[in-house]
Amino acid sequence: MKLYDSGKIITGIVIFVILMTFPFWFNMGRAAPKPDPKLPKNVKNCVLPKDTIKTSHMQILNNWRDEVVRDSKRSFVAFDGKHFDKSLSNTCMKCHSSKKQFCDQCHNYLKVTPYCWDCHIEPKEPKESKETAEAKEPKETK
Amino acid sequence: MSLNRRDFLKIAGITALGVGAASAFEVLSGKQLEAALKAAPLTAGKRWAMVVDIRKLREEDYHDVVTACHTSHNVPDFSGTKDEIKWIWAEPFENAFPDSPNEYVKPEVKDKPFLVFCNQCGDAPCVRVCPTKATFKGPDGITMMDMHRCIGCRYCMAACPYGARSFNFRDPRTYFADKEVPNREFPTRTRGVVEKCNFCTERLAKGLYPACVEACKSNALIFGDLDDPNSEVRRVLRANFSIRRKPQLGTDPSIFYIV
Repeated sequence: MKLYDSGKIITGIVIFVILMTFPFWFNMGRAAPKPDPKLPKNVKNCVLPKDTIKTSHMQILNNWRDEVVRDSKRSFVAFDGKHFDKSLSNTCMKCHSSKKQFCDQCHNYLKVTPYCWDCHIEPKEPKESKETAEAKEPKETK
Repeated sequence: MSLNRRDFLKIAGITALGVGAASAFEVLSGKQLEAALKAAPLTAGKRWAMVVDIRKLREEDYHDVVTACHTSHNVPDFSGTKDEIKWIWAEPFENAFPDSPNEYVKPEVKDKPFLVFCNQCGDAPCVRVCPTKATFKGPDGITMMDMHRCIGCRYCMAACPYGARSFNFRDPRTYFADKEVPNREFPTRTRGVVEKCNFCTERLAKGLYPACVEACKSNALIFGDLDDPNSEVRRVLRANFSIRRKPQLGTDPSIFYIV
């Protein structure tokens, strides 16, 4: 069997393989840092247990949105019996007062870009020095 | 099995008749019809309404009221351009009530700008035409908007006979780029959605009066439940002659004007 133009073909294949695998060996040994969301310091409980929030905060926020906007049901009874306003910027972000430290950590890592902040207004980023300090207890509603 | 064509058609016909009769009986038995009527909006329950007493409105009120509304809802100020966003604004009598042309209207009325905003219609044309139900009737009679659903088709703007709706041709955030967003607790909108007065539904939920009512120092704006015969609006409407904008269109506005 004779391979015509073998020089060109083999060079082509080698270049192709190198280009295709470029991202893999270029990034070898340089794993992106694991996300490290910072929890507010002086608040113990969220509206739901941590594991539930971790896995399904997106569904919860979606449900909250629909219930508030479409059914005007604004009060959420937390797992410990407290009442909260269903609100991203006025409840969640009152404790998790830094979008950079909390939301963006995982969202950037996973390359998800929820469009919440196209309209809703993110809290002002706390200054570096103040970061460890305050995050007020969320206001309980009746 | 010997089933000739004639028998087959007979059986098929009788079966079809039976199925049709069953569903017809269900509908005509009244239960579904009754339920459908009950679900009709605003036949029961609350209905927020406002009375604008033009006699009491003073010159400075216009500015107060418009500013209060637009700051509490983060409405960008693109005034003077085609991209203008308006929730509440002043309109001359002849434009607010184009169907009552009368050159001899008393000057206090004719020369006075009328405060106009979304009429929170009982039978709102914008709700009827919205293809995504982004505009819908709330349980309290407020014509509400779900910005998450709005696709920006602007059917509602074409349908609204009062011009109460504005389209975000520009990203409102560009207006707030170099200045503070006035109310951080309320979202802005995004480019490509329609917006309008929401009767301060977020304030009502907290038991507060709408921002315009609160800001109007001359108490010319009266807010209340139209379904409650003892409410302030009903009391004022009983005591005064009032008019509504373009009532002949059958939209049943919830905004009343005393002139």
